[in-house]
Amino acid sequence: MARSIYQFEHGHRAHLDADAVSITNIPVNRYTSSVYPQLLRRLNRPPNIMTFMLFHNLAVLLKIRIYGQRCHLTVKMMGPRILTFLFQGFIFGFLHCCCKSVIERIWSEKNFLNSGFRPFIAFLVVTGRGEIGVKVNELSVLIGGEAGAGIFRSGFLFAKTCMRGGLHVFGTNDYQSLIRGGHNFYIARVDDQEVYSQGDYIDLLIALNAETVMLHKDELIPSGGIIYDQDDITLDPKTLGRKDLKLYPIPLRNIVRKELKESPIMTNTLALGSAVALLDYDLSLLEGVLTDTFKADVAESNIRVARTGHEYIKKNFTDTFEYRLEKKDVTGKERIILSGNEAVGLGAIKARCKFYVAYPMTPSTGVLHFMVANERDSEMIVMQPEGEIAAVNMAAGAAFAGARAMTATSGGGFCLMSEGLGMTGMTETPIVIMVAQRTGPSTGLPTYTSQGDLRFVIHASQGEFPRVVIAPGDIEECFYETMRAFNWAEKYQIPVILLTDKYLVESQMSVEPFEENRVKIERGNLVTEEYREEEEYKKHKITETGISPRATPSTKGAVVRTNADEHDERGLTSEDPEITAKMIDKRLRKLQYLAMELEERNVDTTKFYGPREAEATLVSWGSTKGPIREAMKLLEEDGITVNYLQILYLLPFPTTRTEEILGGSTKTMAIENNKTSQLSSLIREYLLKDVDHKILKYDGRPFNPGYLAQRIREVL
Amino acid sequence: MVTLKDLETPKKNTWCPGCGNFGILLAFKRALVELMESSLEREQVVIVSGIGCHGKTVNYVDVNGFHGIHGRVLPLATGIKLANPELAVVGFAGDADQYDEGWDHFSHAIRRNIDITLIVHDNQVLGLTTGQTTSTSLLGFKTKSTPLGSITPPLNPIAHALVSNGTFVARGFAGNVPHLQNLIVQAIRHRGFSYIDVLQPCVTFNYLNTYQWFRERVYALEEEGHDQTDRMNALEKSIEWGDKIPIGIFYKEERPTYRDNLPHVKKKPLTKMPIEKIDITPLIESMK
Repeated sequence: MARSIYQFEHGHRAHLDADAVSITNIPVNRYTSSVYPQLLRRLNRPPNIMTFMLFHNLAVLLKIRIYGQRCHLTVKMMGPRILTFLFQGFIFGFLHCCCKSVIERIWSEKNFLNSGFRPFIAFLVVTGRGEIGVKVNELSVLIGGEAGAGIFRSGFLFAKTCMRGGLHVFGTNDYQSLIRGGHNFYIARVDDQEVYSQGDYIDLLIALNAETVMLHKDELIPSGGIIYDQDDITLDPKTLGRKDLKLYPIPLRNIVRKELKESPIMTNTLALGSAVALLDYDLSLLEGVLTDTFKADVAESNIRVARTGHEYIKKNFTDTFEYRLEKKDVTGKERIILSGNEAVGLGAIKARCKFYVAYPMTPSTGVLHFMVANERDSEMIVMQPEGEIAAVNMAAGAAFAGARAMTATSGGGFCLMSEGLGMTGMTETPIVIMVAQRTGPSTGLPTYTSQGDLRFVIHASQGEFPRVVIAPGDIEECFYETMRAFNWAEKYQIPVILLTDKYLVESQMSVEPFEENRVKIERGNLVTEEYREEEEYKKHKITETGISPRATPSTKGAVVRTNADEHDERGLTSEDPEITAKMIDKRLRKLQYLAMELEERNVDTTKFYGPREAEATLVSWGSTKGPIREAMKLLEEDGITVNYLQILYLLPFPTTRTEEILGGSTKTMAIENNKTSQLSSLIREYLLKDVDHKILKYDGRPFNPGYLAQRIREVL
Repeated sequence: MVTLKDLETPKKNTWCPGCGNFGILLAFKRALVELMESSLEREQVVIVSGIGCHGKTVNYVDVNGFHGIHGRVLPLATGIKLANPELAVVGFAGDADQYDEGWDHFSHAIRRNIDITLIVHDNQVLGLTTGQTTSTSLLGFKTKSTPLGSITPPLNPIAHALVSNGTFVARGFAGNVPHLQNLIVQAIRHRGFSYIDVLQPCVTFNYLNTYQWFRERVYALEEEGHDQTDRMNALEKSIEWGDKIPIGIFYKEERPTYRDNLPHVKKKPLTKMPIEKIDITPLIESMK
């Protein structure tokens, strides 16, 4: 029997095969649900499909909102019996619809799925003839183990392997502040469509130690699988507390060490090869990634190990794991995969940053590593100084001399930079600082995320001076806004802060290759070789826009003098009251003109997603964008429409644009990774308007989309 | 021809009459005039200062200048020099500025051998904040913050510079302008980090280390046939402080500078590289 495919609204698809009916792309919360492990745990009963479906239907009847990801169902049947089941299901669905007195809408596909199909599936499952499974190109894989086991690397290799097969990937890591031991994991979420964040649950767990299994088993969705080393731990339904999971014990270390005589560090590669086999994916893609990542001999060993893992699965586990990845043709449409840190670094290189100076501080250190790796080809000087105070002052020195200069740090380092930041404001020195937030206060959670520093970076350093604060929300914005940051810095001779966080800068995403010409280099009022005006050169000349001509030391005919003390136009110290006020006016006037330019050139200082009319408007800044966009997908499937305003520029604050959206909104919700909803306080400050609800999370972890959708539902 | 007069600014000098800073300022200006007679161009000179009485130097010499914040002369000067090695960058710092607030940058700039010059106005007291102790104040020195006398022995910046692998370590005296001028000329000409600690009497707050006090003690190392190439010998001399205080060059050597080890930026200053175009295609390709 040929395969028939039925396409329904909202992306649901049904496949009718000779031996199975599968419905793909179904929102989990309607049919099956990843919520079930939680329900069962709460009721302290062993899980099985029947009890799960009962709970699920109960939940639906009681209108309990369940959150989760999309899922796919396959009901396996033998040959002709499929027709019987379809007939039964149809009758069941029909009756169900009758009960709801909407007979005339039976044939509407959406309603058919929404009302009729659910009990049909339930019926099949409850009568024990069905089986839940198969997802194609929708997968969350978690790779976990102790620090030093190459978790992050192997997660990235897997993500890249998926991307090369034409799939969209989002990868994020979780690690503790230690070098060896402890627990690290990487989640790679793969999909046919664009993915903006990790999901709430995982489908496949690759456990490189026993601890990983016990920590993450309850995050696995029904019928999820675990690849683990059978010498680490013996797993059975009893130890797991669940019966539904599919187990793939492999003697990972033994194969690598004894059979292949390779270094145990390659255990993760063996697991990757196994995973590729399990997912029925193309091994050559993984081999290609290994070849491009390692030196020839190391790559060769890794490929041998990956192949062995692949063979082991194919030989020992014949019952297929019903989650598959299918390669798509991407010729000419290849995407790239990179982290936020790398996107910032790439943006800086493209913007011709010539001097990058930074003291290592998680989570900003990735930029330093990226920049130093490209120092030679990009003809930059990349420097690790004695601390953040030195970093910001060195950057200021280089910028004063005329080079595009940048530094990056996190909250603690930025505290140390504060005085230098004020100096760049006062001396009108253009520098770019990336601040990657982590959980505070103080040292806090050094390797976890937060959005607690918004107010801090806006106000840091004494006195009043102009600065720009931009908060990229995704990988692409990291690139383009870094490029813009250099332009604003030089044109207006001010410090520009790129405010990111751990979740954004250390997560990786597959994106379209960047458009190299979207942002052009603009250096503003730069006097290069020689100053030829009749009037004496004045570094701080008072102008209408507040922007003075910018000569640099070595410019002929100009004495370029600046001063952290208040100064006159020539940079000479002055305590004169009139000059003081004029200079403060001059410097802050630049911000007004910058705001005007942003408006005139229609720069995206905010971004808007979703329909104009909606039940609620979400508003956020920075990395919460990803989970919000995912949550919006989930809500849409439930028929809930929300729209979303992303504030990209926090200073100068895009008051008009924010007012336009929030003013017309019936219900507003601020979504932030902090305790005090700092964005709401800014909105109140600029719009004299309260945000109706605040959805806040400040435990160091980003929002998961299902969790966020649920919190939004609770408010609606 | 650049003259001393050309280097003046309209800014009225506000140092106390008789301040040791005048000697340093004059020696520096004379050194500049001397250097400009040969190869140095005026627009090549950048002076950097911190916070304190010395900081005003930027106001009093009409060349490029950056009057920065307290203690950060060296990182600022480092950034300027790395961005444009064609500049002659001279940092002016005070003893509190460099040896207290900015102490961490001292050893690091020295060990990096950044090709800049550091002149420390060492008056052993905080002047602009009206008289408190600094890390070079002598034991028992009474100030507003140590009314019973300093109970901490002073640190020895010359010795520190030597053990930090300094390549030009010298001490001058503000009361001997020709000698200091010569030191400054040599320091600026030196390829690498050159450091001069200048004994500078504070006529208002330092009642102890006066011109007279210094004049009775200082002697020039070069007059004693001191070997400038022997670091151990220099270390021994650096410890000498009391009835006799040596001035002059303690130690000098040629060593590759920080920038010498960055061959990829040797051709041109960063500030003179064209920045409009760069091809990032290979980088993008590597991420596919």
